[in-house]
Amino acid sequence: MFTRRTFVSTGTLAAIGAAFAPRIAFAAAPTEKRFVFIIQRGAADGLHTLAPVGDPAYAAARGALAQDFASAAKLDAMFALHPALANTAALYKGGEALFAHAVASPYRDRSHFDGQNVLESGGKDAYQIKDGWLNRLLSVLPQEQAKGIAVAATVPMALRGKVEVASYAPSALPDASDDLLARVTQLYAGDAQLHALWEQANATRALTGDLAADNGRNAAATGALAARLLAPADGARIAMIETGGWDTHSGQSGRLAAQLRGLDAMIGAIKTGLGPLWKDTMVLVATEFGRTVAVNGTGGTDHGTASAAMLLGGGVKGGRVIADWPGLAPANLYEARDLKPTASLDGVIAGATAAHFGVDPARMTAALFPAAGPVRAVEGLTRSV
Amino acid sequence: MTDASIALNRFGLGARPDDAPPGDARRWLVDQFDRYEPRVSGAPTAAAAAQALADYQQARQAVRAEQGGARPGQRRRAAMAEQAPAMEEGAAMAPTNRRPAGPRQVAGEDAQPMSDTERAAVAMRRQGREFYTQSVGLRMNAALATPTPFVERLVHFWANHFAVSADGMRVVGLAGPFEFEAIRPHVLGRFRDMLFAVERHPAMLMYLDQAQSVGPNSPLAQVAAARAARGQGQGRKPGLNENLAREIMELHTLGVRTGYSQGDVTEFARAMTGWTVAGLGRGGGRMAGTDGRPGDFVFAPRLHEPGARTIMGRGFAQDGQAQAAAVLDMLAAHPATARHIATKLVRHFVADDPPAAAVARVEAAFLQSGGDLPTIYRALIASPEAWATQPAKFKTPWEWSVSTLRALGLREFGTPQTVGLLQQLGQPTWRPGSPAGWDDTAPSWAGPDAIMRRVEAAERFATRANQQIDPRARAAQLFPGSASAATTQAIARAESPSQGLALLLVSPDFMRR
Repeated sequence: MFTRRTFVSTGTLAAIGAAFAPRIAFAAAPTEKRFVFIIQRGAADGLHTLAPVGDPAYAAARGALAQDFASAAKLDAMFALHPALANTAALYKGGEALFAHAVASPYRDRSHFDGQNVLESGGKDAYQIKDGWLNRLLSVLPQEQAKGIAVAATVPMALRGKVEVASYAPSALPDASDDLLARVTQLYAGDAQLHALWEQANATRALTGDLAADNGRNAAATGALAARLLAPADGARIAMIETGGWDTHSGQSGRLAAQLRGLDAMIGAIKTGLGPLWKDTMVLVATEFGRTVAVNGTGGTDHGTASAAMLLGGGVKGGRVIADWPGLAPANLYEARDLKPTASLDGVIAGATAAHFGVDPARMTAALFPAAGPVRAVEGLTRSV
Repeated sequence: MTDASIALNRFGLGARPDDAPPGDARRWLVDQFDRYEPRVSGAPTAAAAAQALADYQQARQAVRAEQGGARPGQRRRAAMAEQAPAMEEGAAMAPTNRRPAGPRQVAGEDAQPMSDTERAAVAMRRQGREFYTQSVGLRMNAALATPTPFVERLVHFWANHFAVSADGMRVVGLAGPFEFEAIRPHVLGRFRDMLFAVERHPAMLMYLDQAQSVGPNSPLAQVAAARAARGQGQGRKPGLNENLAREIMELHTLGVRTGYSQGDVTEFARAMTGWTVAGLGRGGGRMAGTDGRPGDFVFAPRLHEPGARTIMGRGFAQDGQAQAAAVLDMLAAHPATARHIATKLVRHFVADDPPAAAVARVEAAFLQSGGDLPTIYRALIASPEAWATQPAKFKTPWEWSVSTLRALGLREFGTPQTVGLLQQLGQPTWRPGSPAGWDDTAPSWAGPDAIMRRVEAAERFATRANQQIDPRARAAQLFPGSASAATTQAIARAESPSQGLALLLVSPDFMRR
């Protein structure tokens, strides 16, 4: 399902990469790096996650929603983190959490489904590219590392593509008998689609053992599950976790607090679960677009443009918020209603993954965002080793 | 596949062992239009679900009045219980991690005992959950026993096209009534009439926040502004919510990226103000003009934004309720809508990547008939692409479950078991988590873990099924003249009839339609 154009450009890249890439990109010894992408489906409100409380226009622009930050500790002169994000705040304090604000993908309309497609495919427009940037990231990594998994029953767009990936989600169904599994293997042998899926299912099953007992009923369990899938020496190196429920058109204050508490628990569980591997781990949290600056008539916010993203992990050069802050005064808003995007989310993703995996930023950018035009990878997001 | 097998499996819901294979496959489909029974007896109604919500709101207000207002912490926890916060329910996670809303105490910020308000919220959620569970059971049993499986499939199609997601207390009890009242009676009518029934149903008005949307210059907003200016009245300023207006254009009618702008969305939202639900206002219903039997559609002039509107270059000068109705009429007949609906129908019945010729044929039928749905379905049946012998559609968990239970010859299946099965297979009924509904293409459903779950479920069903079933004969009944050699051979070699049945249920023939 490649368009001719993307096929040609990735093919060319692979050829150039093999011949001229810096040695480090294809170093023989695989590193221990782990990468987790947590997608916030539904346009999470960055202004209500990382609030610009130091902006003189903030309180008036946000009305009742500003109350939630009345007693929040400030991260710096401008920003305060939502009080529900306790684990995240501790990571920030320890220099292991970095936030990017007023960021956006190239998408500028306000459809969730198109916006998520742009975020996940890494294209410039919706449905322009048929595979996902996370899958293309796998193709940049040495083969030993190129194992991805979706913590979900099916593979989300960002992880779809030519590199095969697994998916796993806990199930309460009893395990099928080995004899039946063997016969299903035979039955699917002549069916290309089912054969490939079945191979993956069996490989994952062998890896996960008794994980089903956890039953991943809440965010923390899902985080712990992701950590267990990433931890083994022969486990996945890249995982994606889908979260929904961020589309807060009404009653945002209570709903978002519950959402953020769950996200925070998930992040905490990933760190705990990975233990010493946390130093080699990077977690990216991002959403398809932001929400309106003004509160709507039902205590919520509507679809907007720029939002905030998070990078967390032992190697992240954290304790900072990076933002070319556009301001919330009415004249500074995008289309007189949204937080104006002043930085490229693609640039943050490319810069973060390049630094984390030790790949040349230009090469990473070209692989992940081949259609996006002039994306500049944001540099210096990790501590130099 | 033979035509008979295509009619039973691709257009129908999977064969039952007591179905005689249709002689004339196309005619078998069309004849169902005359026999379809829209009514589901014993189905919960929106009126009952809405009354329960209204009772809860009244109880909550009474408690507040008695206590002189709950403490802020309690109020917040009660609000959280009411919203059934997605993360705690697991609904925010991947679909497979979801659990239906259950009566559990909200994990609060502290361990204080529940207030009366919180208790009322918990009881309300239990009530909504009962309506939900009962409705899911009725939907499944209708699908198992129906003599008109093609029309039943169309009901499922339209309910997903106009999706509501039963994620919070306000919608969970209404999702079933939504399908029973707004979809079923209109599935063989005109698209326009279904559209109106859907957009006026309390489930949709509440799910997409329309019920509370207020025109910024409406009488009610002006009263609120005047009170605020006098320093009276606290709380939120009433205002516009554009959620439903946007999704009507993007999802229900025109389709995304079809020539409307952000300005059109906002204008349409203004036109829609006043379309709301009776009896569910939190006090002040009389003032807002939303009195009446809870759950009924009501137009409240006091919420309506005055003035003429311009949407997609057309003027709408109508007064009151007629304004949004005129916009909906325009959208229902728009060529982009015909194209959007045709594309989705062809995607559902023919292939993930819908063939252009079939789309064009169905689109033309839509436009020529003014959105007459049986005419549209006939055009679909007449499309040769829909009779391609290779099955192109990978079954969703719902389709696989229904066809599995039908294949086992069941006419009834336990209600909690139905809810649990769909949960485990990754497609909890009426809970797509988004107004776009469940995706209708293979990549969303053909995942490694998803296949493994079907194998696990198939083994469980087969073990419990009647041991008298001969899986070789059953395969021939389910796929008349079509069972593949690989499937036939795997079944013949199975170590037991039960294992053979499990293999049949997960065979490539059975996974697709």
